[in-house]
Amino acid sequence: MEILVGAFMAAGFVALFFLAMRVSNLGAVAVGDGYTITARFQNVGGLKVRAPVSMGGVPLGKVIGIHFDPQTFDAVVTMEIDRKFNQIPDDTYAKIFTAGLLGEQYVGLEPGGSERNLEAGSELKLTQSALVLEEIIGQFLFSKAQEGGKSREGEK
Amino acid sequence: MKAVLDWLAILGRAGFDALARLGRGHVLLFGILAGLGPLARRPRLLLVQLHSVGVLSVLIIAVSGIFVGMVLGLQGHYILSRFGAEATLGVMVAASLVRELGPVVTALLFAGRAGSALTAEIGLMKATEQLSGLEMMAVNPVYRVLTPRFVAGFLSMPLLAAIFSALGVYGGWFVGVGLLGVDDGTYWSQMQAKIDLEEDIYNGVIKSLVFGFVCAWIAIFQGYDCLPTSEGVSRATTKTVVHSALAVLGLDFVLTALMFGK
Repeated sequence: MEILVGAFMAAGFVALFFLAMRVSNLGAVAVGDGYTITARFQNVGGLKVRAPVSMGGVPLGKVIGIHFDPQTFDAVVTMEIDRKFNQIPDDTYAKIFTAGLLGEQYVGLEPGGSERNLEAGSELKLTQSALVLEEIIGQFLFSKAQEGGKSREGEK
Repeated sequence: MKAVLDWLAILGRAGFDALARLGRGHVLLFGILAGLGPLARRPRLLLVQLHSVGVLSVLIIAVSGIFVGMVLGLQGHYILSRFGAEATLGVMVAASLVRELGPVVTALLFAGRAGSALTAEIGLMKATEQLSGLEMMAVNPVYRVLTPRFVAGFLSMPLLAAIFSALGVYGGWFVGVGLLGVDDGTYWSQMQAKIDLEEDIYNGVIKSLVFGFVCAWIAIFQGYDCLPTSEGVSRATTKTVVHSALAVLGLDFVLTALMFGK
C-alpha cells in the first residue's frame, strides 16, 4: 500500500511538473534577469504584453509593458532583453511583425551598424508600426478603384 | 387561515433546518481542522486514506482524462480547420484542460467515485454505532476517522487533476498529431507560447485545491450528519454527489470570474 500511495504521489507530481515545463511557457524565454529598453510606435496593432522580442527569429526577450504617451500620442513599448544579449547596436530597428496570417504579433529587431550597444533604459529610435490588415485592404481597394476609373475613361 | 399558518411553519422549519445543517457543517469543519495536530503523530491513518481516496481514483481519472483530451482534439480540429488554424490545436486542448476541464471534471468524478464512498463508509459507521463505540473508548471519532479522510481528499484532488490534464494533453496530441496530421512541433510550441505558468497552471491548481476542500468537506459532513438508518445512508450518499456537483460548478464560475475575468 505504501508503494501504491508513493507511486500515486509521484505520478501526481510528475504530471504537475510536466504541465509546468512542457505545457507552459516556463522553459521558453528566460525571465526576470535582463535589462529593459523602450521603443515608440505609432501603432502597435494587436501586440500584447508577454509577446516575444526576437532578432533573426531567435527570441531575445519579451514585451513587459505597453503604454500610451498622451503628449506625443505614441504607443511606448517596454521590452525586457535577456542579459546574455548585451551586444545589440543602439541604432537597432524595431518592427512589429505577425507570425503567420492569423498568428500572434511580436517585435522583430534588425541590427544597425552603430559602435555603441544598447543598455538598460535605452530607447530604440527607429521603429515601424504594425501592419493593420484593414488599412492595407483599404489601400488596395482604393488603388483598384482608381485603376478601374482610368481604364473606363480610356475606353471612351 | 390555519392551512396558511401550517404551510408557513413548514417553510420556517425547513429554513431553520437548512441553517442548522450549515452551522453543524462549519462546526464539524473546525473539529476536523483541529485534528490536524493529532494526525501529524499518526501518519499511517492518512496513508490508508490516501490509498482508498487517491490511488483507487487514479484509473477512472486517467481513462477519463485521455478520452476528454481525445474528444477535445477531435472537436477542436473540426472547428479550427474551418479557419485554417489547426496549428493552435495544442493551445486549445491545453488551455481548456488546465483552466477548466481538468479541475472541474476531476472534481465531479472525484465526488462520484471517492466522495460517495466516504459518505457511505462514515454513514455506515454511524448507523452501526462504531463512531459512538470509539467515543466510549475515549477516542475522538472526528480526529480518528474524519480528519485523515478530509486531508486525503484535499491532497489527492490537485494531483488527480494534474494527472487528468497531463494525460488529456497527450490524448489531444494522439488525435491531433497522430490521426489528423497536425504538425508535432507546432502542437507543442504553440502550446508553450500561449499557456502561462502563473495565469493558467497555478490558477488551475488553486481551483482543484478549492474543489478538493469542498468535495471532501461535503462528503464527510453528509456521512457524519446522516440519519443512522439504511435509508438515511442512501440519502446522504445521493446528497453528497448532488451537492458536490452543484458546489463545484457554482464555485468554478466564481473562481473563473475572479481569476480570468478582469
